[in-house]
Amino acid sequence: MILETVAQRRELLDRSHTVAMVGASANPNRPSYFVFSYLRTRGKFEISPINPTLGEIDGVKAYPSLAAYTAERGAPDIVDVFRRPEEAPQVTRDAIAAGAKAIWFQYGVINQEAIRLADDAGLDVVVDRCIKVESARFDGGLAIGGMNTGLLTAKRRLH
Amino acid sequence: MNERTFGFRTRALHAGTPPDTETGARALPLHLSTAFVFDSTEQAAELFALRTYGNIYTRIGNPTVAAFEEKLASLEGGLGALATASGLAAQLITILSVAQQGDHLVASANLYGGTVTQFSVTLQRMGIETTFVAPGDLGAVRAALRDNTRALFVETIGNPNGNVADIAALAAIAHEAGVPLVVDNTFATPYLCRPIEHGADVVVHSATKFIGGHGTVMGGAIVESGTFPWGAGRHPLLSTPSPGYHGLNFAESFGEYAFLQRARVEVLRDVGASISPMNAWLLVQGLETLAARMPLHVENARAVAAFLQERDEVAWVSYADLPDSPDRALAERYLPLGAGAVFTFGLRGGREAGRAFIDALELWSHLANVGDAKSLVIHPASTTHQQLTDEQLRAGGVLPEMVRLSVGLEDPDDLIWDLQRGLAAAAAVTPELSEAKG
Repeated sequence: MILETVAQRRELLDRSHTVAMVGASANPNRPSYFVFSYLRTRGKFEISPINPTLGEIDGVKAYPSLAAYTAERGAPDIVDVFRRPEEAPQVTRDAIAAGAKAIWFQYGVINQEAIRLADDAGLDVVVDRCIKVESARFDGGLAIGGMNTGLLTAKRRLH
Repeated sequence: MNERTFGFRTRALHAGTPPDTETGARALPLHLSTAFVFDSTEQAAELFALRTYGNIYTRIGNPTVAAFEEKLASLEGGLGALATASGLAAQLITILSVAQQGDHLVASANLYGGTVTQFSVTLQRMGIETTFVAPGDLGAVRAALRDNTRALFVETIGNPNGNVADIAALAAIAHEAGVPLVVDNTFATPYLCRPIEHGADVVVHSATKFIGGHGTVMGGAIVESGTFPWGAGRHPLLSTPSPGYHGLNFAESFGEYAFLQRARVEVLRDVGASISPMNAWLLVQGLETLAARMPLHVENARAVAAFLQERDEVAWVSYADLPDSPDRALAERYLPLGAGAVFTFGLRGGREAGRAFIDALELWSHLANVGDAKSLVIHPASTTHQQLTDEQLRAGGVLPEMVRLSVGLEDPDDLIWDLQRGLAAAAAVTPELSEAKG
C-alpha cells in the first residue's frame, strides 16, 4: 500500500524497529549520513548501512547487499532507499526478495515501476519523503527547529 | 491523529502549542533559559553537526521561540519559520542568507522608509546593491533583474502609500529569472493575505505590529514556503560548501530545509539578532487572537476612511479598500477580507494643517508605530521628516499634507469624534476653509 497520509507514516514508524539503508554514505556532508546518524543516535531504530564499499559506519556494521543483511539478521522492517531513481526497481526487487515489510524512497527517488513493484508485492511504500524528517515530525525534533509539523492536538503526548 | 485540514482560527490557537509533554501545562511554557544541557558528549556533537534536533543556546533557538515560529509558519502555510529580534532583523537575515558582497536585489520603491535605508545604505555599504522599481510596473521589475540578483522584495501593502502588490505576477517574473520573491506581509498579517498561496517564496514580518497586536514587544519573523529550488545554482551561498559550517552544502544536506537551516545556524548565529523568549511568548498570545482582532481593525478602518472621504478638510484618502482606489482590484484579489487598517490621507491645508490636526487629537496616540490595539497617528512632515522642505518631501514621495493612521479597536464613533476635533483645528489654519466659513 502506498502510504500517503501523516497518520499512515506515523503508524509505520511506530511499529518498525529495523531499517536497512541502501546507499548509506560515510561522508559526513551527504544527506544519507545525516539520516543514518540521526536514526542511529535516536535509539529507536536499529539501522544498518547497505553498501558494498564500506565495512562499517560509526561502528555500525555495513552489509554488502540486502541479501547479506537478511541472511544474518532476517527481514528488515523498512528498506530506506538513497539511490538514483533509475536504480530503484532493482533495489525494490532486492527488498521484496529480502522479505522487507516496507520500502521508503527518499527525496527525489521517484520511479513508478519501483513503486508499482513494491505495492504489488504487498509492501508499504513511502515516496519522496525523508525518514529523518518524518521521524522528527513525530518525535518533536521538527518543532524544536520552528518547522511546521502540521500536527495539532490538545492531548499531552509523550514522545 | 487525523487528516483533517484545520481552519485558520483553530491553527492560530493550537498549531505549535500542544500541551507541554513534561508537565501537561496547557498554556505555552516560557523558557527563560539561555542554554540547555546536553544528554551526552555524543548528543552534543550530533547537535553541533546539525545531525540531530535539539536546543543548544537561545541565540540560535529556544523552545518557546520555536512554538511561535511553528504557529506563524502554520498560519502562513509555510514549511517553517525563524523568529528574530525585529522586522528589520528578519529582513537582514533573509537577505544575508541568499546574498553577499557583489550581489544584487530588486525591491519595490514603495517600501517602509526604514527598509529603504537598510537596503540603500547599510546593505549597499556591505556591497549588496539594490535597484528600486515601482512594484506596479511589471516590465520595469523584469528589466531590473540581473544575473546576480538574489531576491525580489516587496510589501503586500506598501507603507505608507497603501499600494497592493500583484504577488502572483511578481512571483512569475521572479521565478522566470530563478529569483525568489520575498514579501513583507506585516500590514496584512496571514489573516488577510497569505503570500505563499500566491507564489511568494519567503514571507517576512515585523511581528511588533498586528501579530503582537498591543504595542508591547518587538519581534520579527521569516517564513519560507519550502518550494524554491535553492540548489539550482542561482544561490551559491546555499548550494556550495560553506566555510561558516565546516564545508556544509546546505542545499545538498537539507533539501527543502536549506534556506531556513542556513538562516538559523549561520546567519542568525552570526548576526545575533535573536528574539527574547519573553517576546516570543507574548507574540504567541497575539497570534491566538489575530483572527478575532483583524476583522475589527478592518471594520474600524473602513468606518474612519468613509468618514474622512466626506470631509471638506480632507483632500484625498489613500486606502486600497475604498471603491475608487486604484489598488481596489488588487485588494479584491489578494485582500478579500479587507486591505488592513493602516492608511494615509491628505489635509487640504498642507503641513500647517497636519501639525494643528495632530495637536488637537485626544484619543489617537501620536507616535511612530502601527498595528497597536490602540489607534495611532503620525504626520511625517512635522515629525520624522520635519527637517525637509515641501519640495524635498515631495521628491521623497512623502507629501507635506499626508497623515498616516493605524486604526485600532476603540468604538468607531469615538475615533470619529476625535478626528472631527482634529479636522476643526486643521480647518482653522487652512485659509480657504476658514475664509469660506467666515
